[in-house]
Amino acid sequence: MLKDEDRIFKNLYNDLGADLSSSKKRGDWTNTKDLCEKGRDWIIDEIKKSELRGRGGAGFPTGLKWSFAPKEVGSRPHYLVINADESEPGTCKDRDILRFEPHKLLEGCLIAAYAVNSHKCYIYLRGEYYNEGIELQKAIDEAYKDNLIGKNASGTGWDLDIYIHYGAGAYICGEETALLESIEGNKGQPRLKPPFPALVGLYGCPTIVNNVETVSVVPTILRKGSKWFASLGKPKNTGTKIFCISGNVNKPCNVEEEMGVPLKDLIETHAGGVVGGWENLQAVIPGGSSMPLLNKEISEKITMDFDSLVENKSGLGTAGIVVINKDQDIIKCFARIARFYKHESCGQCTPCREGSGWMWRILERMAKGEASREEVEMLFDVTKQIEGHTICAFGEGSAWPVQGLLRNFKKEIIKRNNFDPLVKSNKDIPYLVDQHLLEKDNAQNKS
Amino acid sequence: MSLKKISKDQPDKFEFDQQSFEAAKKILSNYPKGKEKSAVMALLYIAQRQNNNWIPLSAIKYIAKFLNMPYIKVYEVATFYSMYNLSPVGNFHVQICTTTPCMIRGAYKIVDVCKKKISEKENVLSENGNCSWTEVECLGACINAPMMQINNDYYEDLDIRQSEKIIDEVLLGKKPKPGSYRGRINSEPENNRKTLLDLKNA
Repeated sequence: MLKDEDRIFKNLYNDLGADLSSSKKRGDWTNTKDLCEKGRDWIIDEIKKSELRGRGGAGFPTGLKWSFAPKEVGSRPHYLVINADESEPGTCKDRDILRFEPHKLLEGCLIAAYAVNSHKCYIYLRGEYYNEGIELQKAIDEAYKDNLIGKNASGTGWDLDIYIHYGAGAYICGEETALLESIEGNKGQPRLKPPFPALVGLYGCPTIVNNVETVSVVPTILRKGSKWFASLGKPKNTGTKIFCISGNVNKPCNVEEEMGVPLKDLIETHAGGVVGGWENLQAVIPGGSSMPLLNKEISEKITMDFDSLVENKSGLGTAGIVVINKDQDIIKCFARIARFYKHESCGQCTPCREGSGWMWRILERMAKGEASREEVEMLFDVTKQIEGHTICAFGEGSAWPVQGLLRNFKKEIIKRNNFDPLVKSNKDIPYLVDQHLLEKDNAQNKS
Repeated sequence: MSLKKISKDQPDKFEFDQQSFEAAKKILSNYPKGKEKSAVMALLYIAQRQNNNWIPLSAIKYIAKFLNMPYIKVYEVATFYSMYNLSPVGNFHVQICTTTPCMIRGAYKIVDVCKKKISEKENVLSENGNCSWTEVECLGACINAPMMQINNDYYEDLDIRQSEKIIDEVLLGKKPKPGSYRGRINSEPENNRKTLLDLKNA
């Protein structure tokens, strides 16, 4: 288990108070000026050396992202945008940072803004976090009053203004370009990339978008050194991470642990075990609902880091762990996740807009045992038609959980839906048969 | 994308009152010159707060003029995001999270409570007209599941009995105490804390 002194978020459970003076006692804002005086290149280099990877889901190296911002400010100003639109089912880590460690975030904002030459920072907060927004605004006001941000922030000679922009309940606005569209006052539909936001972002200006947790750990990394951070976890998967353990566990909780911690440790030690014992475990979603599930055998020995989860055909995502035990109907669980994606699809790309609804309807029927045997293959085919054919990663996010379900629980689905479709006896009705599947049949017949 | 029903009964006129007007002006100063459009989301919230928790079409028109935007662009934003109510929802708008992490901890039992106590169908006002309920997607409090949001506040770690009590209070026009209803502190593992123990009760 990670030692307490190595934990970054000391106030994760609000034992100490979130206000400025308590935060300062924990070491926030102590030598921000010195850190900034070491220069932009040093900051970016330290973050690169620490091998910090973005905590918002994609795991992109943060130092590298910062280095994409133009070195000199041209005719267009630079922006820093913090993604606090936390809406991935199973994830609630940023909420606790916003409530209890807002000054870690604000100090991180100053350092990040300094590193990427930005004078303005927008924090895009999900609209439902109204009370968290009030806490954060309180922290911002305190920081302004103490001259930690604002004109000549913390004595660095750098001006920084921080504003909160409230979202309004759209999951897709967690995608960075949709988020920028939303700040610009449009509906949140993702943009085509490239150009990437680092060059053409908010209002067409260079913009760096980072997750709350990523930015909040930056001051501590610079203070304790990149070596310290890189010594935790595994190579390429360094540092600590807040894990949210929810679902059928005895003590659901947030906990900060080392990257590469065994999943079983997290569930058994911190979350008080699976309801009904480990033997009662059915599946685990390791990284928020977009990531494919892990079955019991894999959950037994997997470690929680980006690379080992990818090896097991899943992903760390946001590290929102949802534990599902054998008392739950697994097909129903994933039908509900499919409904989430159907509801949240922004409607821009056809495969996602239509496909997410198809997946939901097929899964609902499968849960009731009303789907035919062939529809299992058809469902898999639909996921493949969505994956990789959309502007943003929402397509993958909606298709992967269904693929994970089919990979691990196909037998169960077929057992429940084991009959032939009515259409089979009359296969010549062209509009009743998926043309795409017919072609594959034809190809097989010819060879 | 959420389906939105626009209310049939629409007031003819909407204008910001003094308080809303000042709040709107303050928001505008957050954004660069010429990018006032960015304030549209915040202004819709202000209108919603002023108009008893829902946005009439006349408010959309007013905001379009206020920001010098085409009406349809504001309408687009108001219909895209799920948190803007385009028909009356009552003083107490109960939202129950039913996404999988909440579902497997019994969120649909709370839906049943709302069906029984408030109204049979979603988004229909209760008999006394001060309350309505709706199912929503993940509210980001999964470790405190099952939970619901009433207006701005989160009510966490619920069971049937507790949620019945909360809904009863809301129907009487009282605001129940927000937070966890199992008495646990924030997101810590209940009676099972293994970390940061020196700091506990420091």
